[in-house]
Amino acid sequence: MTLLAQADDGPSCYGRLTNEWLCWDYVVDYRPEIVEATTQHVAITIVSVLFGLALSFPLALLARRLPRLESTVLGVSTGLYTVPSLALFPLLVPFTGLSATTVVIGLGLYALTVLVRAILEGLRAVPEEVRESARGLGYGDGRLLLRVELPLAVPVVMAGLRVATVSTVALTTVGSLVAYGGLGNLIAEGVQSNFRAQLLTAAVLCVALAVLLDVVIVAAQRVLTPWTRTAG
Amino acid sequence: MDVLLDALAYLRDADSWTGQGGMLELLVQQLLVTVTALAAAMLVGLPVALWLGHLGRGGFLAINISNVGRAVPTFALLAIFVAGDAWAWTGGAFPGTGTVGPYGRAGISTLVALALFALPPLITNAYVAVREVPPEVRESARGMGMSGWQQFRRAELPLALPLVMSGVRLALVQVWATATIAALVAGPGLGRVITDGFFRTDYGKGIAGAIVVAAVALVLEVLAAAVQRWLDPVRRAARTGERAVSPEVSTLEPAAREGG
Repeated sequence: MTLLAQADDGPSCYGRLTNEWLCWDYVVDYRPEIVEATTQHVAITIVSVLFGLALSFPLALLARRLPRLESTVLGVSTGLYTVPSLALFPLLVPFTGLSATTVVIGLGLYALTVLVRAILEGLRAVPEEVRESARGLGYGDGRLLLRVELPLAVPVVMAGLRVATVSTVALTTVGSLVAYGGLGNLIAEGVQSNFRAQLLTAAVLCVALAVLLDVVIVAAQRVLTPWTRTAG
Repeated sequence: MDVLLDALAYLRDADSWTGQGGMLELLVQQLLVTVTALAAAMLVGLPVALWLGHLGRGGFLAINISNVGRAVPTFALLAIFVAGDAWAWTGGAFPGTGTVGPYGRAGISTLVALALFALPPLITNAYVAVREVPPEVRESARGMGMSGWQQFRRAELPLALPLVMSGVRLALVQVWATATIAALVAGPGLGRVITDGFFRTDYGKGIAGAIVVAAVALVLEVLAAAVQRWLDPVRRAARTGERAVSPEVSTLEPAAREGG
């Protein structure tokens, strides 16, 4: 994207008469507002995903322990998915009000669906003989999980985390319904006032943010699984 | 819990369902938009993904492009589509907020946004489905002297079908649920009931709308699952008495839904 900054004395590219899609003046003039919205967006996304992660680990471990529970856990989390994001917020508002909490709970529950499946699958992918060997070395359940199973499950869990994070970035925009949508607030404003520069800038920032977080997760995965890099 | 009682009252009231802008009309509108968008996405995405799977090439690219697609918020797309007179240069070929046929206000914008949204799960599942056909099946087909097209048509496609269908099923439910977002730009569908209730702090109405959307989503899910079972080649073979090879195909992750 090459944005041509207008000359100072020329007409600005946003305003009553000119309503350009790409407008660097907008970015310059509205910088505080854009930074604030982006910060809110990042915060809501990260807290939501962490909330989903914190819930999905115990659920996945429980489902693995009690096979009878597994279908229930998977069923309920898939059922959550059929409730549209837009609908989840009004359901929560009577309890949590018009707050960021509402958005975080809603988005966290969505992330949960993907994450529970990913964690279960990751743990299943650990070869049985590896478990046997660890037990033979005298590892108990807890140590086996923390030192052997979870590290080996990292690649599959991370794949799920990538999908969950990218989707959460996109879904956060719907939070504008309760005035906590990060960049979604700018998009909603842009629709109401037909402000094209604001619309497109916010949309592009959303995608950039998703890609950036995705890259961060991939980098983290490489750091966490050094053994995968030495496979020759 | 008064809110839930309000919601039930709204659902029980016949006036909520009938007439102009009633829930029945909005429900039909949303179903139409969902089915059309999904059909369009299938027409564009499935042939490409299936053939790439058959060739075993370009899949990495296809899947990565569709992952980037997941990052595009549907809300942002809709917003860009309906921004006033943005499409004047198409000579009215793309009516941003226009009402076309039975699709309601901004119906075409909603259709396009949802079709784009449906592509990632469709493409990913279809490509992986063909790649997961056991190589010995492919070998046997080639050994019988089948051409590339015949291999695809008579061996790969039937075996890949269950997984392709689970992608379609997933996309169907997700498109239906995401279609509610159209209401944020005053588009068609049941989302209007939710946003209306919300902006008038009539939370009972908002929740009633949410309940109807979720109920229809479940019905769609059950119907799609039934169709999927009916199309399973192994079961069909059992019905018609033919012999079939059964690949042990596990269904993929539900791809996450993006919306926004």
